[in-house]
Amino acid sequence: MMLYVLRRLAATVPVLLFVALFVFFLLRLTPGDPAVLIAGDQATEAQIEAIRQQLGLDKPFIEQLLAWSGRILSGDLGRSVFSDMEVTRLIAMRVEPTVLLALVAIVMALVIALPLGTLAAVKAGSRTDRAVMAFAMIGFSSPVFVIAFLLVYVFALGLGWFPTQGYVPLANGLWPCLNSLILPSMALAMLYASLLARITRASLLEVLSEDYVRTARAKGLMPLRVLVRHALQNAAIPIVTVVGVGIAALLGGVVVTETVFNIPGLGRLTTDAILRRDYPVVQGLILIFSGVYVLINLLVDLSYVLFDPRIRY
Amino acid sequence: MIRWTRRLAVATAAMALTMTALPAMAQTVLKVRPFGDLRTIDPITTSDYMVRNHGYMVYDTLFAQDSSGAIKPQMVERHTVSADGLTWTFVLRDGLKFHDNQPVTAADVVASLKRWGERDGLGQQLMGQTASLTATDAKTVTLVLKERWGLVLEALGKPSSMVPFIMPARIAATPATQNITDPIGSGPFMMVRGEWSPGAKIVYQKAPMYVPRTEPADGLAGGKRANVDRVEWIIMPDAQTALNALQAGEIDIFEELPPDMIALVKSNPRIAVGRLSALQGVMRMNQLQPPFNNPKLRQAILRLVDQEQTLRAYVDDKSLYTNCPSFFMCDSPYFSNAGWRPADVAAARQLVRESGYNGETIVLLDATETALSPATLVVAQAMRDIGLNVDYQAMDWGTLSSRRTSKNPVAQGGWSAFLSGPAAPDMWEPVGHLALRSNCDRAWFGWPCDETIEKLRAAFTTAPDLAGRQAIARQIQERAVETVPYIPVGQFWLVRGFQASLKGLLVAGLPVYWNVSK
Repeated sequence: MMLYVLRRLAATVPVLLFVALFVFFLLRLTPGDPAVLIAGDQATEAQIEAIRQQLGLDKPFIEQLLAWSGRILSGDLGRSVFSDMEVTRLIAMRVEPTVLLALVAIVMALVIALPLGTLAAVKAGSRTDRAVMAFAMIGFSSPVFVIAFLLVYVFALGLGWFPTQGYVPLANGLWPCLNSLILPSMALAMLYASLLARITRASLLEVLSEDYVRTARAKGLMPLRVLVRHALQNAAIPIVTVVGVGIAALLGGVVVTETVFNIPGLGRLTTDAILRRDYPVVQGLILIFSGVYVLINLLVDLSYVLFDPRIRY
Repeated sequence: MIRWTRRLAVATAAMALTMTALPAMAQTVLKVRPFGDLRTIDPITTSDYMVRNHGYMVYDTLFAQDSSGAIKPQMVERHTVSADGLTWTFVLRDGLKFHDNQPVTAADVVASLKRWGERDGLGQQLMGQTASLTATDAKTVTLVLKERWGLVLEALGKPSSMVPFIMPARIAATPATQNITDPIGSGPFMMVRGEWSPGAKIVYQKAPMYVPRTEPADGLAGGKRANVDRVEWIIMPDAQTALNALQAGEIDIFEELPPDMIALVKSNPRIAVGRLSALQGVMRMNQLQPPFNNPKLRQAILRLVDQEQTLRAYVDDKSLYTNCPSFFMCDSPYFSNAGWRPADVAAARQLVRESGYNGETIVLLDATETALSPATLVVAQAMRDIGLNVDYQAMDWGTLSSRRTSKNPVAQGGWSAFLSGPAAPDMWEPVGHLALRSNCDRAWFGWPCDETIEKLRAAFTTAPDLAGRQAIARQIQERAVETVPYIPVGQFWLVRGFQASLKGLLVAGLPVYWNVSK
């Protein structure tokens, strides 16, 4: 098992390296010059060139790549060309809102999706099943920003229950923090919950027709016990896989949600950095995102052992 | 023992009662959604308008422009000029202090002006004319010119974009090529550096040591009284989010409210809408490459562009735009409409024919997120209607601002024209004018090259009085109608939405937050 984990961790190194190189090339191919944006509308060409030199953007491409790679190996993600702040510090300042937003959204999605998906599977073909699937279809096909603005319109502007935007740090209290995250998390959780509900239903339907489930019922076990102990546990592997894969969708959703709800997290940092051609910040963020994604996939793979003892690493 | 316990209980209860009876000492916080984000705190190394606005929060200036455009003393108590116009003496007001409680001295002023003079165009001209700039004593600055120069006060009271802000000498000693990192200033608000989170929030507190002038606030001049304890700039990239926050009372001011949201806001009695700052719409053409290296074709576009039609694409409210047949702002003392002829499509077609235009591609760049994007579409269609071959290219501002630096032919990634909206102070008079500068390679993107305009701009600085300067501005206007360094597409206002309960919000040509109370 340990060997497997080490092997998987070692395999992440070339993946991250490839991602880093890809992002570096992609950004340099993107039109736009950070020096021009920094200099302002009235800057002379000499002033723009001076900024380009300060940022090292006047150096040949390979030289920039080598310098950046060297810094990355020593754990230095560089400095933002926009604010001149260390990228690691900028990212650290934005981690809390994004992590909490994602966590609350995942918890909400699980709380909504697992019971609904199970209910739909148990009552397959019924009106309940169709209603759940309709909910899942609407949730899955509605853009996050549409859901977000609808939630704001009803619950913030209409009923005044929640703020329309902004984030209250955890240090200011658990409830104020959660209160600021409820609407954004709901908007973010919709897509995720829809996906999970559909997968839960499909997996359970397959498992519920297995012989061992019929045997369990024939033994006279309580229907709930059959469902939870025998069916749901065996249906867990596809669900957990989707939970992992869905985190990628969640990261994409975070970018939109944080913009609509004005949450100063990693998603907002990413869009701002792209618009400003802030190369070091974009590169640092993509590296972090891909690292997190690789790690989550590893955790998902390892969690299979918990649900299926036949799996050995 | 019991007596003591009872006394203690009574005392505690009394204290608790007193505390509840006292009014809460809550701070008044003005929450503003600014139009952009703050990149650096150094207003001298960049012409970025957000950094300039930060500058006005934390620094004061020797002179400042009032709402009529007149230059008034600000940190200066009095000033004198020698009979030959060469020696200028400025005496600072009593009691001026920086945010670290150190007194503002003449040495600080000299250091600040020298640093500013290294970067700003008008500052460079002033320093070029300066024989010496010295601190005569703690409160007196003496400026000796090499020859008479008519724009000393205009330069020192320059409202935009690199403003001669006064900072401590130790901070102004930072090379002008490096950003300062210490936000200690001389203005009505202090920056709370620890609460600055780039991309999220910038916080200012009232500077208790700041001594405002006794006159009422007027434009950028007069008494800058901080009537709120704290100003928070909350960065919100999405306009709809900002509108929601304004309607819910979560923010007090929404800078640069998009025109299509004005109607929504006006239906809410708790929200008011007002003018924020005036801009001039500018259609800039690349004069280094065909086809706009041909002055006749530029003249054709000048006759073609209908300001009314173009600006209505931006905002359909007559109070928010003005047809202004001038290269200068209509309310500038240098306004002149000499030589200007009204838009006429037939005349434009004739000029196109005379220009010998042969179907060369016109690459029109459009940053679709900017205010003038709809106007760009109108101009594109007008050009197509008279037979010009327009290649309209939509992009973001980041791409446009980089692309416009290219001097290459259009086939090699170059460009032909774009629309932009410089602020009124940058289009006010010939010397600081962004788009009239015609000094070839050193001019703004598009690089017009005209020795006559440059000679007139130089003459403007040595004109003896306002009438003399106005006469020169008129000549520049007449010449510009011929050479067409750019097309003025009219004057328009950016607006802000704010809580109707706010008092004292100033219209100063740029957003300022002294004098405002909640």
